[in-house]
Amino acid sequence: MALKQSTSQRVTMSVIAWLVALLIFFPILWMFLTSFKTEADAYAIPPKFLFFHWTTDNYAEVQSRVDYVRHAINSIVLSVGANVAGLLLAIPAAWSMAFAPTKRTKDLLMWMLSTKMMPGAGVFMAIYFLYLRGHLLDSLWGVGFLLMIINLPIIVWMLYTYFKEIPVDILEAARMDGASLRNEIIYVLTPMAVPGIASTMLLSVILSWNEAFWTLNLTNVNAAPLTNMIASFSSPEGDFWALLSAASVLAIAPILIIGWFSQRQLVRGLTFGAVK
Amino acid sequence: MGSIELKNVRKDFGAISVINDVSFKVDDGEFTVFVGPSGCGKSTLLRLIAGLEDISSGQILIDGKDVSNVGPAQRGLSMVFQSYALYPHMTVRNNIAFALKMAKQPKKVIDEKVKKAAAILNLTDYLERRPRQLSGGQRQRVAIGRAIVREPAAFLFDEPLSNLDAALRVQMRLEIGDLHQNLKTTMIYVTHDQVEAMTMADKIVVLNKGAVAQIGSPLELYNKPNGLFVARFIGSPTMNIISGAPAAKRNAASIGIRPEHVEFSTTAGEWPCKVRLSEHLGADTFVYVEGAATGPLTVRLEGEAPVEPGQAVYVTPKENRLHRFDKDGRSLA
Repeated sequence: MALKQSTSQRVTMSVIAWLVALLIFFPILWMFLTSFKTEADAYAIPPKFLFFHWTTDNYAEVQSRVDYVRHAINSIVLSVGANVAGLLLAIPAAWSMAFAPTKRTKDLLMWMLSTKMMPGAGVFMAIYFLYLRGHLLDSLWGVGFLLMIINLPIIVWMLYTYFKEIPVDILEAARMDGASLRNEIIYVLTPMAVPGIASTMLLSVILSWNEAFWTLNLTNVNAAPLTNMIASFSSPEGDFWALLSAASVLAIAPILIIGWFSQRQLVRGLTFGAVK
Repeated sequence: MGSIELKNVRKDFGAISVINDVSFKVDDGEFTVFVGPSGCGKSTLLRLIAGLEDISSGQILIDGKDVSNVGPAQRGLSMVFQSYALYPHMTVRNNIAFALKMAKQPKKVIDEKVKKAAAILNLTDYLERRPRQLSGGQRQRVAIGRAIVREPAAFLFDEPLSNLDAALRVQMRLEIGDLHQNLKTTMIYVTHDQVEAMTMADKIVVLNKGAVAQIGSPLELYNKPNGLFVARFIGSPTMNIISGAPAAKRNAASIGIRPEHVEFSTTAGEWPCKVRLSEHLGADTFVYVEGAATGPLTVRLEGEAPVEPGQAVYVTPKENRLHRFDKDGRSLA
């Protein structure tokens, strides 16, 4: 945009942007602060913002009650595993939809997306009994497979959009250069789509990480991820906000850190320039 | 070796026929140009030969072997794309080496061949750069380099110069010409620019609406077009086409005379005309005149011709250079 902005306009825009950012970030900030409060301070009215007795007792309490590391490892295994498997299926699928479309391709994409509109509870019984009979309850393979299936439509859809922007000429050049379909996808398409694949991956990791409905219902101990851990802190003895906050902070910390570091990766566009 | 033969090739997209019963042969080592207006099917024809599109019926033979159902990778052809289509994530070296790597050639051989190709194309200093760090002409050379290392049976060029500016286009035209002289490999070149076609080709295939209008050497097409379409398409400025009385007098539905094949006089001649405009190019002058019997005509005069708009002049066609056409636009003997 070549619009000229005066300094005052830019300052106003910045202030608004910061306010909006703060508004969006506030719940997380509040949770972070609460996790360092005593339960009494957490309930205090008017709320105490910064001047309270800072304590790490809640974190110690979380650690003593549950095995944080095991839950965290489960979360990582589930979201990364589901994601890698999903990409392996989705890249060829998106390739064929983007570069060898048929009359039905658009319908197929819509149908895939429509499966996301069905509430999970609708198929819960069916899946639960399938898993029960198949001895897949509380297993990483079973839940990981389910998370992959759930996110597959979104992964395919996103990759399809990114692939559409890659000039077909370049893939055709690879074909003329003697590349097999497999080599075309591995050596030409995938490296060119790295920014797209990275952001797809991040989104799908986050979605799997946040998944609670299925993990709460299908796992118990062995395959329970962090979402289960948070849930375990909520009900039994009433709500302990400070403790719950500490558990939540621990649960979102890994994903927040990954997101923070991959920001630049996502924005950097290293693809285009060879085609005028 | 690299002769390419098309037998009754058709290509339909749904109900639309894009290539309609095309047959011809490109001999080994020949520089053949497909030329025609946009939408005539010339790029599609090239893509059919490349194998990037499947033919609907007919046969394509390379060195006498039917490759109609063979994939692009196995046809042994190289293609240079209009958009260059370089791999943006690879260096120039890897771009050129890609085909050799796909063919699993030993590393030493690859290095050798890339070095040789880079030397031919003046790319030696740019081997470690990426495509986006190169100028248009350099990118074009990389695309050509990628094509030559494969030592293909034939090169296919799809309007390779249309993204370059005029000066560079002339230079690259010469370089491609030189390349053909040196390699003596079959080349098929697609362009909509009849000047490129005339200057580069051994043989021109003029296409119109998905069918071959005429095949011949540049001068054959210039001197003996088989109909109105080729007559108009080949030659610049365009041939003057005249119907009515002057044509009837010569027993034709219409007649054609090239701007360079007329006598021009200010005193006497067959067709009295009025000058509308003249363009001075230095070596030539194009005079646009309006004749009562003939309608608008273009005349090409050598050197500088002092004519004024509105001036009365006379144009007389050279009879032995006149082309006669019947009512369907076919040439009359």
